[in-house]
Amino acid sequence: MSVKRILILTAELAMLLLVFMIIIGPMTSLFIWSVAHRWYWPNTLPQEVGFEYWKQALGMRTSLAIGAISILPAFFLSLWVAIVVVIIAMLIAIPAGYALAKYRIPFGAVIMFLFLMPNAFPQQPIFVNLLRTFTRWGLAGTIQGVILVHILVGLVFGVWITSATFKSIPRYLEEAARSVGAGSVYTFFHITLPLAAPGLLASSVFVFITSLDEFTGTFFIGLPFVNTLPMTLYSSSGYNMQFASVIAIILLIPSILFMTLIQRVLRAEYVGGMG
Amino acid sequence: MPALRLERITKRYGKLKAVDDLSLEVRDGELLTLLGPSGCGKTTVLRCVSGFVKPDSGEIYLGDRKITEISTEKRGIGLVFQNYALWPHMTVFQNLAFGLQIKKLSKSTVRQKVERALALVQLEGFENRYPRQLSGGQQQRVALSRALVLEPDILLLDEPLSNLDALLREQMRFEIGQIHKQSGITTIYVTHDQTEAMVISDRIVVLERGRIMQLGTPLDIYSKPANKFVAGFMGTTNFIHGRVVDIDKEYAVVTTDDGLTLTGRGHGLENGGEVDVAVRPESIRFFLSPGEAATLPHGPNLFEAEVVRASYVGELIDYQLRIKNHLIRAKGEVQNPHGVSERVVIKLDPDQLAVLSR
Repeated sequence: MSVKRILILTAELAMLLLVFMIIIGPMTSLFIWSVAHRWYWPNTLPQEVGFEYWKQALGMRTSLAIGAISILPAFFLSLWVAIVVVIIAMLIAIPAGYALAKYRIPFGAVIMFLFLMPNAFPQQPIFVNLLRTFTRWGLAGTIQGVILVHILVGLVFGVWITSATFKSIPRYLEEAARSVGAGSVYTFFHITLPLAAPGLLASSVFVFITSLDEFTGTFFIGLPFVNTLPMTLYSSSGYNMQFASVIAIILLIPSILFMTLIQRVLRAEYVGGMG
Repeated sequence: MPALRLERITKRYGKLKAVDDLSLEVRDGELLTLLGPSGCGKTTVLRCVSGFVKPDSGEIYLGDRKITEISTEKRGIGLVFQNYALWPHMTVFQNLAFGLQIKKLSKSTVRQKVERALALVQLEGFENRYPRQLSGGQQQRVALSRALVLEPDILLLDEPLSNLDALLREQMRFEIGQIHKQSGITTIYVTHDQTEAMVISDRIVVLERGRIMQLGTPLDIYSKPANKFVAGFMGTTNFIHGRVVDIDKEYAVVTTDDGLTLTGRGHGLENGGEVDVAVRPESIRFFLSPGEAATLPHGPNLFEAEVVRASYVGELIDYQLRIKNHLIRAKGEVQNPHGVSERVVIKLDPDQLAVLSR
């Protein structure tokens, strides 16, 4: 075995270890916490395990002793908000991304940058200012307000990935359709859109997960009336580690599901066209 | 009536004139090639005909229809792209049926037409394959049949073979020629490959800087180039600079600064005019001695030369010869090789020398 191969092998092993430490480690810790009924120092593992906190969180039991509440309302609220956000954001992102990809738009780069703005600056000052505006418009503390904030934050993924997807579809595929008699609208719906579908799906997944996990904006605009899942997680994370772990795992599930989905549908050529 | 007529087409990109006041008539049923180096405007001309580019001025007629303002999908053209441009999410059948379905033809008619079009390119039984399951050559044949299935008034081919390897290219070239003969469809073929153009075309248009340099049959273009650009583009050519001293009908006698006298064909020349004499390497004949050469009936264009370099290129030897101050390329037979620094006598056939005014 050559020195080069040993080096490569060592590097691969180190990477694997790192992946374990970064991803698997915290997740294992989360899981152990979520089933730990009693866990005191200096024990390495909990002294008593069980699914009491899970049952409590999923509304299957109400015990004041554990101090946890059902998270089902928050979960469904988060889900509902995320779905609405995806629909509205994609309705904006698809035409915007198409236009930015296919036409020479004056200040196209500036427009792209504008979509990035909410994510380019520290979020607290932005949302504090937004709260003032939203209060004036009567949107503070409403679901509509929270949806608007989520759209604002998620649109960057929506527009950027959508535009990259459309850019990766070669012009000649559309021209070929025109040459056999398809008008521009027919071409869009029969050639461009089906070819862009995986990229559009990826982009909606990003928007969906962004909305599901969104914290800062919801904190300023939504509280105390709009309690999404991350808000519930936040309010319990200080005193109830087990309950917080349960919520964290539930929040992780859609992300993992969708990432797997993206892997399956997103072809390498579309990822290649991004950026 | 010409199948296609371009009338004084001009297209600018910024300051650059991609097409410069170009007029062209394509005859019904012919295969016309637009030939030129990259950036000569051939693709822009094709895109004007297909409607993806709108000319700044000029008119385009397809048959008796003026199509300058008509959008692509209503022009009735067939297009084949360099990258095949098959839709990857559709099967071969769906690719071919796409245009027919827009025309709202019945299912059985669509099936019939698709089958016939696939038979034309010998791809029967490939209906349910996806483009990624086909080789490059097969993809290009699908692209060709997709263009033909709609029976367009004109077929436009944009460098259709440049993505294929050399062997396949030669075969496809032949097949396109066959299909053109069978269908009799008026075809415009764009390429930068002069061999491809020579083999496939009824007529060739040589383009440079958006203008027509020469229009003619492959033989005309090759043996009677209109100018230095065409002569140079159609293959390796030696140019010898000189001055016309005598004109006899279509022959001209040219002398060079170092005292060579050459006789060649030319037209539109004037006595005393500066010219370039184009000498093709393959038109040079070798003789061992002046004595052997003198046995030939015609006298002119005999030169003594020295072999400067000789290299084998398969069936021929590629020579570099010095005649006085001129270095010229020549091709000789392998059977009679000449060594470096050997002195030889060469003869140039006046009919194969083109005298081109500067």
